[in-house]
Amino acid sequence: MNNISLSVNGKPVSAGDADPEMPLLWYLRDVLGLPGTKFGCGIGQCGACTVHLNGSPIRSCSLPLAAAADAEITTIEGLAAGGQLTALQEAWIELDVPQCGYCQAGQIMSASALLASNPKPTDADIDSAMAGNLCRCHTYQRIRAAIHRAAGSRPNTTDETSGSSL
Amino acid sequence: MSVRLTRRQLLGAGGGLVVAFTIPACGSDAKAPAADLASNAWLTLKPDGSATIFATHPEIGQGVKTTLPMIVAEELDMPWERVTVTQAPVDEATFGRQVAGGSTSIRNSWEPLRRAGATARALLRQAAAESWDVPIEECETGNAQVTHQASGQSLDYGELTERASALKAPAESQIELKSPDQYRLVGTRIGGVDNRSIVTGQPLFGIDQDLPDLRFATYVRAPATGGTVAEANLADIQALPGVVDAFVLEPAQQPRGLRGGVAIVAETTWQALKARRQLQVEWNLDDASKDSWDALRSDGMQRAAQSGDTLFDDGNAERALASAQQQISASYVYPFLPHAPLEPQNCTASVTGRGAEIWAPSQTPARGASLAAEICGLDPKRVVMHQTRIGGGFGRRLYNDYVVEAVAISQRAGMPVKLTWTREDDMANDLYRPGGLHHLKGGLDKKGRLSAWHNHFVTVTSDGEKPSSSAGMRQGSFPQHLVKNYRVEQTLLPSAIPTGAWRAPGSNALAFVSNGFLHELSSTANRDHLEFLLELMGRDRQLSWRRGSGMDTGRAKAVLEAVGRQSNWGRPMPAGQGQGLAFYYSHRGYFAEVAEVTVEAKRLKVDRVFACGDVGPIINRSMAEHQVVGSVSDGLSTMMGLEITFTDGRANQTNFDRYPMMRMPSAPPVEVQFLEDNPSPTGLGEPALPPAAPAVVNAIFAATGERLRELPLTKGGWSWMA
Repeated sequence: MNNISLSVNGKPVSAGDADPEMPLLWYLRDVLGLPGTKFGCGIGQCGACTVHLNGSPIRSCSLPLAAAADAEITTIEGLAAGGQLTALQEAWIELDVPQCGYCQAGQIMSASALLASNPKPTDADIDSAMAGNLCRCHTYQRIRAAIHRAAGSRPNTTDETSGSSL
Repeated sequence: MSVRLTRRQLLGAGGGLVVAFTIPACGSDAKAPAADLASNAWLTLKPDGSATIFATHPEIGQGVKTTLPMIVAEELDMPWERVTVTQAPVDEATFGRQVAGGSTSIRNSWEPLRRAGATARALLRQAAAESWDVPIEECETGNAQVTHQASGQSLDYGELTERASALKAPAESQIELKSPDQYRLVGTRIGGVDNRSIVTGQPLFGIDQDLPDLRFATYVRAPATGGTVAEANLADIQALPGVVDAFVLEPAQQPRGLRGGVAIVAETTWQALKARRQLQVEWNLDDASKDSWDALRSDGMQRAAQSGDTLFDDGNAERALASAQQQISASYVYPFLPHAPLEPQNCTASVTGRGAEIWAPSQTPARGASLAAEICGLDPKRVVMHQTRIGGGFGRRLYNDYVVEAVAISQRAGMPVKLTWTREDDMANDLYRPGGLHHLKGGLDKKGRLSAWHNHFVTVTSDGEKPSSSAGMRQGSFPQHLVKNYRVEQTLLPSAIPTGAWRAPGSNALAFVSNGFLHELSSTANRDHLEFLLELMGRDRQLSWRRGSGMDTGRAKAVLEAVGRQSNWGRPMPAGQGQGLAFYYSHRGYFAEVAEVTVEAKRLKVDRVFACGDVGPIINRSMAEHQVVGSVSDGLSTMMGLEITFTDGRANQTNFDRYPMMRMPSAPPVEVQFLEDNPSPTGLGEPALPPAAPAVVNAIFAATGERLRELPLTKGGWSWMA
């Protein structure tokens, strides 16, 4: 037994006999059955695996389970408390942000951490906070627009085509 | 009793689809409850007034899971709020070709899906007409109701399903399709049907599948394509924590089928990956690829300057060059590319003696199922393939190598497995966009018009006889048929690197070459580039070189003129800034794009891109704009920094640290405009990509006078400003 315990989406979890070296990503996906957090690169380059550790965005593919001991982890599945979507999730739907959708859980987790620390981000703030998240379909313009919409902030540059609401 | 409509395709009947109805005996159809109107394979209407519509094609981010059902709902006159979309089973006998590739889904589905919706609407009108004893012509539909204005009567669709389901299907000739002015859904913005599930992290993708007693596999392939396992320390691996099994698989039909390798099956993906670190394999690489991109490139450069085999020879390019007022020449180079969809290749498979059940993110799921049957020695009828949502395709998942691996591992291990490729597996075992070289010569007449085009194309061959997959140049590549004297020579360089379709195959590279060189020519002639391209298109006419797929020069000119107005083409630009224009016709779509750039000491900012396209009527405006913006950005990401090189047959870039895809700060705003006069829609997954890179490269020339002829630009010391 490794005696690692943590909280995932508000629920206490005892990691029992799990390998302390196992990246949090695989623990979430394969052991806890929470596949919303995605595997993309395994080296912290793409951001698809982004979750919150005590409120901060981290790349779960590169965080050993042991490093999550006693931490509060929030995944995409735990973002909408009580089934009520967050403003970010609503904005993502309103602006039809996803194409394939694979990176979007990680994008939303990064964006959510940004808004928690900077409720009215500028374009530059958003670009800087989101630069660690790749989108292979290149939905970047709508991601930025959705963050502004959720924040009630205004983009510095208007992009009519990409920011159009449905 | 319900009416079932089956579809059969009449070959040779103008490519049309004929629907035929069979009426099963009462109670014989277990699938549809008695009062449901399952008027055909694509939709079911329920007595509560809702409709379930099947999404037939694989969803890879191009939006067809939403857009195809919109077509059915439009002709059914069904408000979108009452529609539930369900991913269809893989059943090509019922649904026709279920492939996401070649920007064909919309083009091939438009007519049959309209007919599917219109057939159900006709049945509902007829049911209402009979219940009111009025002529069907007086029964109108709208908002999921049938109304009879003269008598003021109306019935909700739900109230009519039972009566309608007892009717015979109307004759083909009696099915009325809407005219464009009657569209309520087509042309609007409808958000993706999976959006809520995506933003809440629900299991949708191939990699998210779960099964009772599922085990997790990793598969280790040879470092160079064609290698096989000579020996491996399997006993050591089998003893590691969590490992359930480890074994060697022999190759079959590689690289598209099964590559030789070592499978490790464990209780979690992590345990399989951790065990893999201790795996020691002695590879037999005698027959494996020894290719090197550096060697291919330098060999190709030398060969390009010589002559090659004649591929196309219209007019007399040699003579026209000799008599040209001005003649220029230049060489263009582009690299191999991996697809790198963000969801790595994966497949969940359960193979037993009775059959196989498979969940795969495949762009060709029916092909995947038949390959799986073949590799496992199973009756194809006993293989059930489920379509999952797909985390990006770009052509990579037209191939089913990961499906074949997963079923082979499941069969051998005797348990359900989920095989997940690592990113390194994905990038080192792709079927790559082939690299190529072109040596071009062009001639201009006294009036500065294009008079000759001479292209020596150096490409790769895996069989020594013809270009490797997606490495050839097809008839009609721009500007063939627009310049009288046009010659293409071809030289084949042997290479065992597997190649395949990459978003806008062929066009993604050829557009860069042709548009760059055309701009060199117009600049040499001191001509305005838009005017030069419009002149090149000539009078309005339909070019025809392949079963109706030829370019219409009128539509080509229309997008060029429109993007010129849209971008205020030719306006004076400050020092260090420039406009660039490019055009390409691919996958039956017309795209002209203007880029505006700012350059400072080889640091590039794309200030904005104007994209004007003609793919006929737009069905879902949100997704259509999404495809264009994404395609342009994808093209520019690739232009700046992406390549995969090989040394001794081994990929040198195997993860995103060495494969710098564009990130948010560099993504340019893209302003999209569609011309929608043509009544027939074509696909949009690909045709907006090819002009993006050459528009920017031409803009860089306008800003700096520097001509860039090799991709990616990072090779020449370029980088994004932000």
